[in-house]
Amino acid sequence: MSVADGSEAGLGVDIGGTFTDVVLERGGKRWSLKVLTTHGAPDDAVVEGVSEVCRRAGIVPADLTRIVHGATLATNALIERRGARSAFITTEGFRDVIEMRTESRFEQYDLDLRLPEPLIPRNDRFTLRERLDAGGNVLTPLDGAEVEALAARLGGYESVAIGFLHAYLDLAHERRAAEIIQRRQPHLSISLSSDVSPQMREYERFSTTCANAYVKPMMAAYLGRLAERLAGIGARCPIRLIHSGGGIMSLEDAARLPVRLIESGPAGGAIYAADFARRHGIGRALSFDMGGTTAKICLVRDGAPKTARVFEAARSYRFKKGSGMPISIPVVDMVEIGAGGGSLAAVDALGRIQVGPESAGSEPGPACYGRGGARPAVTDADLVLGRLDPDAFAGGAMKLDRAAAERALEAAVGGALGLPVGEAARGVSEMVDEAMASAARVHAVECGEDLADYTMIAFGGAAPLHAGRLCETLGIDRFLVPPGAGVGSAIGFLRAPYAFEATRSLYMRLSAFDAAAAKGALADLLGEALAFVHACAPGAETVAERKVFMRYVGQGWEIPVEVSQAMAEAPTPDDYLAAFEAAYSALFGRTVAGLDVEIAVWAATASTLTPPPPTTPPPPEGAAAGSSGRRAMLDPKSGAKGEGAVVDRAALTDGAFVAGPAFVTETETTIVVPAGFTAIGRADGTIDVRRVK
Amino acid sequence: MSRVADQIVWNRLISIVEEQALALVRTAFSTSVREAGDLSAGVYDERGRMLAQAVTGTPGHVNAMADSVAHFMREIGVATMAEGDVYVTNDPWMGTGHLHDITVVTPVFRGGAHVGFFACTAHVVDVGGRGFGAEGDSVYEEGIQIPILRFAAAGRVDPTLIAFVRANVREADQVVGDIYALAACNEIGRRRLLATMDEYGMADLSGIAGFIVESSRRATLERIAALPPGAAEAHMRIDGYSAPVDLHVRVEFAGDHVACDFSGTSGLDPKGINVPHVYTKAYACYALRCALAPDIPNNAGSLEPFRISAPEGSILNAPRPAPVALRHIIGHMIPDTVFGALDQLLPGRVPAEGAGALCNFQVSIRPTGPGGRRAEALTFNSGGSGARPTSDGLNATAFPSGVMTMPVEATEHAAPVMILRKELRPDSGGAGRQRGGLGQFMEVAARAGHEFDFSAMFDRVDHPARGRAGGLPGAATIVEREDGARLRGKGKTRVPEGGRIRLAFPGGGGYGDPAERDAASLARDLRLGYVTEAAARATYGEALVAAALALGTGEG
Repeated sequence: MSVADGSEAGLGVDIGGTFTDVVLERGGKRWSLKVLTTHGAPDDAVVEGVSEVCRRAGIVPADLTRIVHGATLATNALIERRGARSAFITTEGFRDVIEMRTESRFEQYDLDLRLPEPLIPRNDRFTLRERLDAGGNVLTPLDGAEVEALAARLGGYESVAIGFLHAYLDLAHERRAAEIIQRRQPHLSISLSSDVSPQMREYERFSTTCANAYVKPMMAAYLGRLAERLAGIGARCPIRLIHSGGGIMSLEDAARLPVRLIESGPAGGAIYAADFARRHGIGRALSFDMGGTTAKICLVRDGAPKTARVFEAARSYRFKKGSGMPISIPVVDMVEIGAGGGSLAAVDALGRIQVGPESAGSEPGPACYGRGGARPAVTDADLVLGRLDPDAFAGGAMKLDRAAAERALEAAVGGALGLPVGEAARGVSEMVDEAMASAARVHAVECGEDLADYTMIAFGGAAPLHAGRLCETLGIDRFLVPPGAGVGSAIGFLRAPYAFEATRSLYMRLSAFDAAAAKGALADLLGEALAFVHACAPGAETVAERKVFMRYVGQGWEIPVEVSQAMAEAPTPDDYLAAFEAAYSALFGRTVAGLDVEIAVWAATASTLTPPPPTTPPPPEGAAAGSSGRRAMLDPKSGAKGEGAVVDRAALTDGAFVAGPAFVTETETTIVVPAGFTAIGRADGTIDVRRVK
Repeated sequence: MSRVADQIVWNRLISIVEEQALALVRTAFSTSVREAGDLSAGVYDERGRMLAQAVTGTPGHVNAMADSVAHFMREIGVATMAEGDVYVTNDPWMGTGHLHDITVVTPVFRGGAHVGFFACTAHVVDVGGRGFGAEGDSVYEEGIQIPILRFAAAGRVDPTLIAFVRANVREADQVVGDIYALAACNEIGRRRLLATMDEYGMADLSGIAGFIVESSRRATLERIAALPPGAAEAHMRIDGYSAPVDLHVRVEFAGDHVACDFSGTSGLDPKGINVPHVYTKAYACYALRCALAPDIPNNAGSLEPFRISAPEGSILNAPRPAPVALRHIIGHMIPDTVFGALDQLLPGRVPAEGAGALCNFQVSIRPTGPGGRRAEALTFNSGGSGARPTSDGLNATAFPSGVMTMPVEATEHAAPVMILRKELRPDSGGAGRQRGGLGQFMEVAARAGHEFDFSAMFDRVDHPARGRAGGLPGAATIVEREDGARLRGKGKTRVPEGGRIRLAFPGGGGYGDPAERDAASLARDLRLGYVTEAAARATYGEALVAAALALGTGEG
């Protein structure tokens, strides 16, 4: 503890596309600020933000006790193809796995469809004679001389990915090839598929390994430079990185496995929502983060975001599934769609209103910003519907031009459909809400969940405007808008546990259950996960969680099954079968008799204990909050004209309430309270909006 | 309802059928559904008109499923339908073209009144008979036929039906499990539809159905009205099974509809590659909609202006009891045939011919001694697609089918099979101003201690994909043993222990004169190894190759 009064001083920093958010927490207080991201040298903005937030808090960087960092840098490098000159080495006969993908088209009716280029082009992909079978037996041994000859040709590359078939079963060939190449070319950064993503399915594993190799030199250099510069201003505390699974890893591990940093910013948002859910005792929460260009939706159960084992990065075609590259690493499971305040609206050939994914961004921005944007964005529709006060946007710093919004809506939507401008605005708003609702519903089905039992946590600039309508559409009865939600991800970084999940493919049928192998695999994975955690938090007390992914033999999709400590230490096939059948019938209603069951993937997570956050007390019986006026509005569902009370957020003190339709205004945004809902102030500054029963 | 609400509900129906399809992927058993996406799902009004369909991997189900609900209404009798009923069939002529596709239909009631239907289809792992292949001489040999029946009556599953199915298929648990999954997927759709109707206060679907069907029909008719009137004929010859098959088509832009007639096409083949008319309609319609109205969603209104016909008794309108198990091989060739006519009517819009049919094969593995195991493995693979007027064809990518391939590691895990090679096939894309997509090489063997039967389902061995507008043909399919002995494109071959099958899947045809290809594109082809220097000299000419080489084609 370097601070004179002995308190912790934690700092979260999130580099986003437009802003770098910095949050400092110390002694129960929080300071936050946004600085413009410096794309050329992202560490500039970090250093500037860290210095400034420390100044505001009255400390010096040397007083910081920990820094947790997340960034979209790795994601952007993949999207913009700004990574290292990389080679890929694979098994003879399989040079084109990352190029052939799934051999399918992600858009069925487009005769001129363009597939995304592979991250590593064909002339940078090489093969070696070697082969394992699906049991891990060596059919063709690796030939050292052939590796030597290949190594001699790799001098011009910065980074090399190695991925052999079935290497998730045995990493010896990949290791040996790496050793020979490294000896010959010491400058090369090397990534192995058995290390980066040891899971079955060659396309996903190779794609993940190539992505790691591609961003590794750049990310390692950036992280090294960042540590140096922060040390230069006196911040010598450990720097940790948030990873895509929502936990924290050391700077050294991050430099070795930078692919795990992809989507770390959004993961921070999900952790923020999870922590908030715990504070409010919410078991099932729908995290809804809507900003300027995209909306992100994630399910949070029992205080933890739902995670997945694979996701798609860098989608090249309107966020369309299949148009990106699969990355198989543990990841917070969220859907991201091109729907934000800046999403642009148009009318298609069938006279249907289409919204997004094209976005007006911040320049020129929506038409109502008056910066030259002529096309209508969702924010323009929100303004015309009366959801935003043109004189109080961004705390009054920017006056919104309602006439410009109406002109844009008229030109692009109303005119084409013969609709009055209010109806055009309602159409745009309803379309974007429907798109988000549909994404949320499909995601819930994928997770086997029914959203009616969920409570929504709405954050990001545009979420409070749309949360109410989204809840109506999804049959959700309650949503909460936390205070200070504009820097949610960076706050989330400070709530993340030191956690790491290690996974491995190892097929085992219950009819041929090998207790020793099961016990060994789980113990090895836990050891690996603990090493990551202890690298960040030496000697810390940890909790272990183990999972297996199981299915009926012949099925293609596995379901996760929790493994108890007893099942890990004294495994029996009967216990695994009972656990599988319980999980299967919970998801699909019934089990299938007479089929063998197998375990496909094993996983262990180690995490430091996070004490439960203080819970927010239930609101006392309060009084109706005084309103500062009334505003005209259109009911989004019926289109009927009406008006709603306008209440300042500060007036909703603990227990104070206002019945919808109403607008709760604050400097950054407006919370729209639909008819049939009541907004209640909470002790922690949250606005709690509930359906009136 | 207001115009905006109509639009919202339309979008909602599309999202409901996507949800319905996803539930099927999650709960189905056969890997063709789970890994490859061979399924479809849709919602219908009470008159049986399709209002929305999930965009899945199978255009072949599109029109077929659109028609099938009408058969269920007739066979079951609408008056006898009750809440909790679920109907089933795998009839190739009333479902989607072969016995392996099981279609399940569920009526939806609201407040006691019948308001609509959900239907879904999936390709199951086995239906008994001779197994998946072309060997049957009639549909009776191809497996169990399930006529249109009640799977469940007022919520109660019929145990007699289940017992019959179980007794007649090789993988009873999986097939019956898949039927349950199909029923569950309709149930998800039914619940979502009823919630939507509650939310918008809809008593029935007639208003929204009229809006969807009319807007889609109107939009489609506007596109058709804008086409230059006229007609054109085209012909494509493919391998067939017993003899080469000639596909003939005449496409007419008739102002208020597009007619597509297959008169002149070859008659039935004695073996199971014949195509029921529903499947012909599906792929002909798919080809027309890709070229003429790709952005209009599938429903009764958007499909109606396309009139598809083929003479009864031709290979594209096979009557019962013709064998039809591998109807996809011919069916997948329909779009290329239709494009041949469209190219004359609308030059510069459609691609050159491509691989067409998926390059699927099945291996049946047996141990040669103790310690091995029997297993079946089916794989889906693709050749190259045809070059487009302004872009190269797609390498090893399915068209017109949209299913996915299975991972090699997953295939090798599921059965003692070895895939020793699966990579792009250089020089297989037809040369042209735009190059055809590359096919792929594969090599198949069994693990030690096993032998196998190799069941080939390939075309374009003798009739490679032709180029367009001066483009050259793609490379032909090659099927051979490890010693180079050639095999037929279709049929079963026994491969002894240690033996291998080597496969070269076809490339797509080129588009435009190869001499017009720009040097930078050729340089890229040479750099990436899509085209070898020797082949380039032969097809693109010395001058162009020299220009390309001058741009630099070295490693990296």
